[in-house]
Amino acid sequence: MNDKDIIICRCEDVTLADIKEAIKEGYTDMESLKRHLQIGTGPCQGKTCIPLTEKILARELKKSVEDVGIVTARPPESPIPFGIFLKGDKKNGK
Amino acid sequence: MREIKSHPILHFDRGGQIEFSFEGKKISAYQSETVAMALYRNGLNVFSESSKLHRPRGMFCAIGKCSSCMMRVNGVPNVCTCILPVREGMQVERQFGLGEKPSGVVHFPPPVERKETVTIIGGGPAGLSAAIVFAENGVKPLVIEQNPSLGGQLIKQTHKFFGSKNEGAGIRGIKIAEEMIQKVKKLEIPTLTRSSAFGFYPETGTLGVFKENQYIKVHSDYYLFATGAAERMIPFEGNDLPGVFGAGAAQTMMNIFGIRPGNRVLMVGAGNVGLIISYQLLQAGVEVAGVVEAAPRIGGYFVHAAKLRRFGVPIITSTTIKRAIGATRVEKAVIVSLDDKFNEIPNSEKEWDVDTVCLSTGLIPSVTLLAQAGCKMKYSPYLSGYVPIRNKNLMTTKENIFIAGDVSGVEEASTAILEGKLAAYSILKKMGKNTDVQIDETRRELEKLRSGPFGVKILKGLQEVQYE
Repeated sequence: MNDKDIIICRCEDVTLADIKEAIKEGYTDMESLKRHLQIGTGPCQGKTCIPLTEKILARELKKSVEDVGIVTARPPESPIPFGIFLKGDKKNGK
Repeated sequence: MREIKSHPILHFDRGGQIEFSFEGKKISAYQSETVAMALYRNGLNVFSESSKLHRPRGMFCAIGKCSSCMMRVNGVPNVCTCILPVREGMQVERQFGLGEKPSGVVHFPPPVERKETVTIIGGGPAGLSAAIVFAENGVKPLVIEQNPSLGGQLIKQTHKFFGSKNEGAGIRGIKIAEEMIQKVKKLEIPTLTRSSAFGFYPETGTLGVFKENQYIKVHSDYYLFATGAAERMIPFEGNDLPGVFGAGAAQTMMNIFGIRPGNRVLMVGAGNVGLIISYQLLQAGVEVAGVVEAAPRIGGYFVHAAKLRRFGVPIITSTTIKRAIGATRVEKAVIVSLDDKFNEIPNSEKEWDVDTVCLSTGLIPSVTLLAQAGCKMKYSPYLSGYVPIRNKNLMTTKENIFIAGDVSGVEEASTAILEGKLAAYSILKKMGKNTDVQIDETRRELEKLRSGPFGVKILKGLQEVQYE
């Protein structure tokens, strides 16, 4: 099996090989893996990769999914333009 | 190119034709289409190139949950084109990597504030059945739906439903959806479609919603999350190649938009979803090369499997996909046999000539907003993943936040409809209305639906996540 050709996080292009490597390096909980590999931080906010990574990590560590931790969910959970949070454009008096 | 011209059950109201621009080329689209569907129907497979490995990407989920169809639209990157309706003169481009900053300055109107009694997030079977109960009891809820149309996944279910008569047994899903949508209209329930609920801010109890360049801040006394579920991806080589679809995406293409997802399909997963959608692929004039199932037995109902076998479609158990092969689109798929511990059996690979792979390998509850709200979660494999802890009346660990449908644990549309009702009656009770009788009645109906062999798993899961 070629782990480099198995995509786990589409947004950030993280492969199964990357995840196994990171686990070997000691990133053995979801939050650390997320920070190290940026899984779940792309435009889809981990809808595909987080559940997949939880399972892979649990299997590699021979733990249950609940024991590998969860990642913090933050807004926005779908892509939106950040311009909507601005107060308005002073130059144009808007 | 990929348009379905005739269908045994469906008639497609595609609307008039308009034109938009794809990288300078004129593309003709039907008014009822989304951008991704128009492009796919016209033969486009690659929608973007991935950020680091420069891999080709196409559509995957087709319901706005993943990021595979994101493109640059009118100069703005990362737009989910599968749920974006086409408009005359739109400028669409493929996206390379995470996308360039928008060209030019975009001005946004100031946020609009909305004060609501009840807000329902998700206009599928659970959300709509709840909305109807509220309206019939004198409370007008606000319904927020990400897709252009209401009805959720029911609007593509052309098969007839099992279960109890009240929830539409013996009726096609599309018909149930139609009736619910009509009722919502008749009851004049306010709905916001094409609106993404993107964030829940627990400090202020505000829900952030984005609709066509407008930021809407919703303040509601009660929230009912009926956000459904997303397709589950499985790891195999080439799993991101265009032509690999969630099975639900194939269903969206053929049953809502009248588009053939491919010519020859390998279906992965022989649960009810895999079996039903394989049959629907045949109805759409698509060849189904076979269905593979990793487990040693077929997961779905016998009737659905029998229907497929009558058409000569093989269903191969203890087998899964190992590799999807192709340059810019699936050209071949390699399947492999598994032993009773789900390990690959050496030298058992077989190469199939298919141009499409559909994954019906399960769904994952879409709980992100509930996690943001601070609702306590628990993992239950029986309910397909992390789900909110709730009481028997579907209240989460937050007093004013309720759940219904697949987000509370993946089940069927019929249970989603009942859960929607139950959550609505529970909220009405909290508001001081006497709905005890209806609550008991709905809970009894749910119990009845879950009394079959498929309910065993769900009941086990509920034991893990219910408090009281």
